[in-house]
Amino acid sequence: MRVSYGWLSEYVDVTGYSASDLAEKLTRSGVEVDIVEKLNQGITNVVVGYVKTCEKHPNADKLSLCTVDVGKEEDLQIICGAKNIAAGQKVPVAVPGAVLPGNFKIKKAKLRGVESYGMICSAKELGMNDRLLPKEIQEGILVLPDDTNVGDDILEVLGLNDEVLELELTPNRSDCLSMIGTAYEIAAILGREVKLPLAEVSSSSTIAADKISVKNLSPENCHHYSARYIEEVSIQPSPLWMQNRLMAAGIRPINNIVDITNYVMLEYGQPLHAFDADQLNEGHIEVRLAEKDEKMTTLDEVERTLEESMLLITDGTKPVAIAGVMGGANSEVQAETINILLESAKFSGSSVRITSKKLGLRSESSLRFEKEVNPENVTAALNRAAVLLSQYANGKVADGIVEELSVQNPATNIEISLRKVNDYLGTDLSKEDVKHVFDRLHFSYTETDESNVVVHVPSRRGDITRDVDLIEEVARIHGYDHIPTSLMVGVTTPGSLTKEQKIRRAIRRILTDEGLHEVINYSFTHPSQIKLFPGMYAESKHVKLALPMSEERSTLRTSLIPHLLDVAAYNNNRNQADVRIFETGRVFLTEEETLSRLPEEKELLSILLTGKRETAHWSVQENKVDFYDLKGHVETLFEYLGIIGLEFVSASPNGFHPGRTASIQINTGEQNIELGWIGQLHPSIQQEKDLEEVYILEIALEEVYKLSSFDIEYVSLPKYPAIGRDIAIVVGQTLQIGEIVNSIKETAKELLESVSVFDIYTGEKVSSGKKSVALSLTYRHNERTLTDEEVTELHSKVVEEIEKSFNAELRK
Amino acid sequence: MKEQLEALKLEALKELESVNDSKTLNDFRVKYLGKKGPLTEILRGMGKLSNEERPVIGQVANEVRSAIGNAIQSKQDEISRKELENRLKEETIDITLPGRKPTQGAIHPLNKVIQDIEDIFVGMGYTVEEGPEVEKDYYNFEALNLPKDHPARDMQDTFYITEEFLMRTHTSPVQIRTMEAKKGEVPIKIICPGRVYRRDDDDATHSHAFTQIEGLVIDKNVRMSDLKGTLLQFVQEMYGKDTQIRLRPSFFPFTEPSAEVDITCANCKGDGCRICKQTGWIEILGSGMVHPRVLEMAGYDPNEYSGFAFGMGVERIAMLKYGIDDIRHFFTNDLRFLNQFVRI
Ligand SMILES: [Zn+2]
Repeated sequence: MRVSYGWLSEYVDVTGYSASDLAEKLTRSGVEVDIVEKLNQGITNVVVGYVKTCEKHPNADKLSLCTVDVGKEEDLQIICGAKNIAAGQKVPVAVPGAVLPGNFKIKKAKLRGVESYGMICSAKELGMNDRLLPKEIQEGILVLPDDTNVGDDILEVLGLNDEVLELELTPNRSDCLSMIGTAYEIAAILGREVKLPLAEVSSSSTIAADKISVKNLSPENCHHYSARYIEEVSIQPSPLWMQNRLMAAGIRPINNIVDITNYVMLEYGQPLHAFDADQLNEGHIEVRLAEKDEKMTTLDEVERTLEESMLLITDGTKPVAIAGVMGGANSEVQAETINILLESAKFSGSSVRITSKKLGLRSESSLRFEKEVNPENVTAALNRAAVLLSQYANGKVADGIVEELSVQNPATNIEISLRKVNDYLGTDLSKEDVKHVFDRLHFSYTETDESNVVVHVPSRRGDITRDVDLIEEVARIHGYDHIPTSLMVGVTTPGSLTKEQKIRRAIRRILTDEGLHEVINYSFTHPSQIKLFPGMYAESKHVKLALPMSEERSTLRTSLIPHLLDVAAYNNNRNQADVRIFETGRVFLTEEETLSRLPEEKELLSILLTGKRETAHWSVQENKVDFYDLKGHVETLFEYLGIIGLEFVSASPNGFHPGRTASIQINTGEQNIELGWIGQLHPSIQQEKDLEEVYILEIALEEVYKLSSFDIEYVSLPKYPAIGRDIAIVVGQTLQIGEIVNSIKETAKELLESVSVFDIYTGEKVSSGKKSVALSLTYRHNERTLTDEEVTELHSKVVEEIEKSFNAELRK
Repeated sequence: MKEQLEALKLEALKELESVNDSKTLNDFRVKYLGKKGPLTEILRGMGKLSNEERPVIGQVANEVRSAIGNAIQSKQDEISRKELENRLKEETIDITLPGRKPTQGAIHPLNKVIQDIEDIFVGMGYTVEEGPEVEKDYYNFEALNLPKDHPARDMQDTFYITEEFLMRTHTSPVQIRTMEAKKGEVPIKIICPGRVYRRDDDDATHSHAFTQIEGLVIDKNVRMSDLKGTLLQFVQEMYGKDTQIRLRPSFFPFTEPSAEVDITCANCKGDGCRICKQTGWIEILGSGMVHPRVLEMAGYDPNEYSGFAFGMGVERIAMLKYGIDDIRHFFTNDLRFLNQFVRI
């Protein structure tokens, strides 16, 4: 809502407060003012001039040489290039020394050898928004009405000595979609009175009911329909002051009839519509729902196909308007119009809202109806418009209102206790303080006892329905700054994070300590990305947005990997080849094509490594990351999280390099739980994403959360010495060393403290198809010192078993 | 003989002056104090001396021996010191070459801010609740006093999946779910961080996906002044003890009264600057007293219980805190961006 400061001051005395003072006060009390716009845009010394003579410029075809009276002793000689300039016009003249918007200074000038003392201005040159100008004055110089006084300041004439407050209204404050509503708000803030406009109708001898009739067939969608009949209007431009105010509010002047309906809409917040009564079948109005696929052409010359839910105004034979949204072309007020049916109605907000949404048609009218207009203003606005029509269109207002009222406006009376106000706000207000707020708001009330009052909420404040709404009014008008700060009384509660939240944080800390960066990606993705890398939940159906903004962001992810690949590619393209990142985030899984219950949201951890292992350094040889770097991150992570039984089992799922991938499992002793996959990205995807070798991991966190343990149980330090033995063997090249390690563990049992691989060799020194493996074993007994013989005996069993099981050859 | 000994001492000490390394010093020791040395020779000739002379000369001889011995020892110390000095000099390295730095990764700035905020509220006795990102219309809107076709639904443009299911537009549904799960028990003191979605074109200040943290308190006798006190405590822990708050009336369908919360601009301390658009204040929170309708629908009698709720955008908080100018950076994951949040 754009509120003219000058116009507002007609309804409430704002003396002592500038437009920006009001803006600050409104904003602090809940009606946010976005900007305060000064309409004059720096204009000075532009006055009304009278074009006495207008002749062709002696040296130029397209220029005119004018003598202009600007109310000074001497007339000015001015050269003008506009086509529409003519003698006898009143026009805006920028005299030498004038300033136009954009700090454009006017000096006397010589044009084709002739002196010019100033400039005759167009509306655009005066900084007026041409979208809002009446069509006929968008081109050429601005021709002012004949009754304009020569020499007057143009800022006064065009209402540009004004400022506009642009209100950013929250949906509950539709009362401020009107000048009067805003005036009530200002009056409450300043503690002043509201002056309502004149709405005393003097009727002619014609009886309205003889000329027009109203029938409401849809009382649930149309709560009140009222109409007046106005005869013999003369269609002409509305007075300049009215046009100025409409333009300040952002509405384009059309003609006096339409302008008056818009003007009253701005005053009261009640949209009105004027029909050419002679285009209606016997002056009849019938309100009903549309029929399926019924068609009508609206004012904007567009043919609309209607739906059964849409409310129509018809004349019993044809639709003449879409209720509350837009009038029809067939009954529009035109230059030839003589008699008018003026409509003022209350349509149901949701009906108008649905219709305007379906048609994609939003108007000043629909946006007010949507938020429920004030039922009391239906008649008031109708009368006010009738007064203006007789004043500015010479109309004769027929006697009486023709109406159907189907929903009575219920009175809103709310009882409120002083104690509740103070308990709710934490304040210490007196009853007088609270009553004072209601006085300022112009809410009447009845005192029921010592501390209670019943407030009679005026119908303009439809947003107030409960006691807490009144408490807000008290808080707001009294001032939020006056609410104290306090600490809660009552039981204190211990705050904490859940186990899941703590582990999620631990994962972040461990991985970042190891040099990985955490990333966050969008949940929406392109379906092709899911196809490219289905991940662990390939069998899941995809959750899709009904109306995505783009295909790129149309589907909910089922794996975090595709976005991680994009992050790697993005960074690679910016000269950052070494990317080590992780993300914890949700994927969305469902078995349904169309959701009938919520999808399953699974939280995953994904890691991506690519590029070099070490940071570049002059003393360090550069190595690329490989499978074992990523595996090491997992091993450390699980160790830190207290998860035991971690196993890697060869696997070849989709999207991974079949020879370099494992399933990550936890052996609980009873079963193996699969958590996810680790491996190299399949080279064909790598190529498609234009990446170097990439290693990826994705695991479900739900099980990780369950299996993790923060408990530490101290194990006493060994008292007896350990004995170490090394083994060097040659085995087949494809043999997985894990099998050898398992065999050692099985044979040596509890006396084996640890076994580690310390060398693997393939090359000239072993025959082809073979590899040499060196392992280091540590034996220890917890309760005594092992003898050399004991260990030698056990160790030879271990070696024998390896030789036998793996066809291994012992290297001496 | 005494003269002979004194002369030997003088000669030896003179010669020692020119000795400069361990080897020559050793030769010198052998030469003067060794078995074939002149001192040994002289002492051998002592047998020829009279009984009176022998102890006198013997004493002189011992003095000479120990004088030479002491001189050798101090020479030895001097040489060792020099040799060590020389060795250390040779071992000098170029300390201007760069070190081998262990790499350190960074928690994403949004999660870092969430963790900071969580820690403050956990310290104030709150627990952290989470909920689904795909929600039912009921939890996202209806239970929050936003019935279907309510004009206030326009405030949040929504990604629908079906008529009933949608991407949550705020984390408020977690509040409703928590209240339902608590089945009328109090107190409730929770914060709910999480990702939310709105139909917005992505630009420097808008994102179709962003992060919110909301808080909810329900108990007997919860007052609006408690909301103010809680928020003041929060912002002072988050932004420093001098930070002040200002509440402005506003509208949210699920709170009444509702308030936007501004804090004093950390950049200009309230004097007015570019960041706060010369107002001295920066809006960071929406808040209010829980609407009785919301309490009723979740099974709490508004005549017995009251509560407050507040919510903030994590991206906005992070942008203000770190001076980030484009919200898209959070989701682009440029390593040059992420690297800047390594510091604790
Ligand atoms: Zn500032």
